[in-house]
Amino acid sequence: MPSERPRGPAFGAGGKPPSPAADPARIKEWLRTNTFHHSQFADIKTLVEEKQRQGIRISLCLPALNEEQTIGKEIVIFKSELMTRYPLLDEIAVIDSGSTDKTCEVARSFGVDVYASADILPEEGFRKGKGENLWKALYQLGGDIIIYIDADIKNIHARFVYGTLAPLLLKPEVMYVKAFYDRPLTLTKGVRVAGGGRVTEILIRPMFSLFFPELTAIIQPLSGEYAARRSVLESIPFPIGYGVETSHLIDIVGMFGLEALAQTDLDQRIHRNQSTQSLGRMSFGILHTFLSRCEDLGVIRGLPQLNSVIRQFQAHDNAYEELDSKIIEEERPPMITLPAYRKKFGREP
Amino acid sequence: MEQILQHIPEFKTAADAMREVVLANLVLIAEAPAPTGREERRIRVLLERFNEAGVQQCSIDDRGSGFGVLPGTEGTRTILIATNADSLGDRPEDAHVEIGTTDVVGPFLGDNSLALAAMASLPLLLDRLGIKLRSNLVLMGAARMFGRCNLEGLSYFLGNAPLPIKYGVCLKGVQLGRLNYSCLGMMLVDAVTRVPDDYKWAQFGTTGSIVPMNDLINRINKIALPRRPMTSIIFGMLKGGFTYGHIARQTVLSFEVRSESAEMLGQIAQQLEDIGEDVAANSGVSVHMDVFARRQPGGMDISHPLVRQAKAVQGTLGIQSILYPTTSAMACFVERKIPALTIGCATPVVRTDLDELQQPVVIASLADGLAQLAGILLAIDGGHCDAQ
Repeated sequence: MPSERPRGPAFGAGGKPPSPAADPARIKEWLRTNTFHHSQFADIKTLVEEKQRQGIRISLCLPALNEEQTIGKEIVIFKSELMTRYPLLDEIAVIDSGSTDKTCEVARSFGVDVYASADILPEEGFRKGKGENLWKALYQLGGDIIIYIDADIKNIHARFVYGTLAPLLLKPEVMYVKAFYDRPLTLTKGVRVAGGGRVTEILIRPMFSLFFPELTAIIQPLSGEYAARRSVLESIPFPIGYGVETSHLIDIVGMFGLEALAQTDLDQRIHRNQSTQSLGRMSFGILHTFLSRCEDLGVIRGLPQLNSVIRQFQAHDNAYEELDSKIIEEERPPMITLPAYRKKFGREP
Repeated sequence: MEQILQHIPEFKTAADAMREVVLANLVLIAEAPAPTGREERRIRVLLERFNEAGVQQCSIDDRGSGFGVLPGTEGTRTILIATNADSLGDRPEDAHVEIGTTDVVGPFLGDNSLALAAMASLPLLLDRLGIKLRSNLVLMGAARMFGRCNLEGLSYFLGNAPLPIKYGVCLKGVQLGRLNYSCLGMMLVDAVTRVPDDYKWAQFGTTGSIVPMNDLINRINKIALPRRPMTSIIFGMLKGGFTYGHIARQTVLSFEVRSESAEMLGQIAQQLEDIGEDVAANSGVSVHMDVFARRQPGGMDISHPLVRQAKAVQGTLGIQSILYPTTSAMACFVERKIPALTIGCATPVVRTDLDELQQPVVIASLADGLAQLAGILLAIDGGHCDAQ
């Protein structure tokens, strides 16, 4: 069945088609100037002073769906280290997309705000997906800088937050910062394999290399940890599902150039491993968003209607069962186009 | 003392308000692996926390123990709070702490990450309560404490402490209410059965080192242990061989002998030697009884003011005191005739399974544990625990 893909009114607004070839010198220079290690920002006191000097507010969003095993620890660490000890964060909120375990209960017990995604901007309806949570967080949270941290990290540490948002505080030209890290499975005898996960290396990096070569400098484009200025986030559309991270990168580079991006090495991140089938569904969603973006930017022309069902198989003895998953990669429009948002944040129409 | 007891509820309220700080300290400490002899990472975390809390002279000694000092306003006496920094587990992948609404679960929290977290949180609690002790307070995470290291970290520190220690408090993660004021005598023993180099492997019926170990265990079990003075033998660990079809060359039994009587310990040591020789003579394997640690019984009388005041503090918090002699690190203080107690920081969650790794504790009890520690410290500092 062909997908019905509503497009945001300002889709790729101001965006430029990508340059046809990568400029290795430019990528090398960007890696030198815009790639950081969290240890460069370990002096949290200085970050707090800088935040106060700029008079800005910082909000942390934890998008969650059934994360009861890790959410408590994340909240405790961030609240203790980055609110009580150092007032770097002004707000921590969990945006939940319908957890059926104790995620919300645990989060509330440690005194942070918990919002059901469906209850935010109810007039806009509810879609299930991480991108939906991130988009709605933009309306619900008050910070001038928003930082998103996945709620399934086992080895959580304050560096996940201060390392990711520090370039925004210290470099005015930076608009959007991605985190990257080692994953334990890629560690081999002291050699750090500087790469992303399986989907990144098998799908995203080849696609970026083909169509958006500058973006290959982003070591982990799918990382769930990133921080950005509100002014940027409110001006870009949000795919509701798996494609949200990829789409952000394409849009931001198109609108502001590679210089607006930065990335920080967080050393190591231990999280839940996903099955190959899950990664297949994820890749399907990303590919959907990516191809549509390419068409909108004129990079690819004449795409047929894209199918919205991924077909996978599993074996039971000698029988093969088909598993069909419908993945609709809808997009939410740039938040700035919503009258309710403009009213709440005092933005001129 | 009455005045201190009146303030205990405020201590608890302040400790409760620090819940996230204590839990964050616990996560950072518990997730830094610290097998005995390799405690560096955990000690670094501890000292970072001390530094941030304004603890002075934070340093690491020759044995790898970390400590810091909160100087007293008078500094005429020094109190040492010590806890072991090492844990029994050494697999980093196990080091994951999970925080729920009421419980926190993780590997070896009770022994002894919780105690380190409480100690790391204590300076902030004292600061929030506006408490400045007259005595110097030394906070110590002792390295190399378990097993064959035999309390090396604390023992070395006490033997070389720049300031004479007037009182000691040994902190343990669990359980809240324990109040150890004396030590049992103790021996730690590794019994080793080993086949000789000229052992006839091919001969049918050869048993290797495991069957003689079985004989040894049976013989040890037959040692008559008196109820008074209270005496016991605890078999803790048994290791031998490599795989199914190969005769084990060496088997090691690790066990602890405890007694209220030094004389009884001496008698049992002699019996163990005799049993070893006998098993060796009858089996053709070598048997070695390696008694690598001996501690003498001792400690304070139950009527000592330190015990009384600690009980009063626990009572004010509604904690039921559990008094019994221990074989823990307090032995280092007892050996040097320093009045000392062992207390616990939190209440474990009662479990019905036999998971030796994951230890759940009740989050709410952490505030009681910290308030208890602050109360006992103030009692010592105020001179209320001095023997007449």
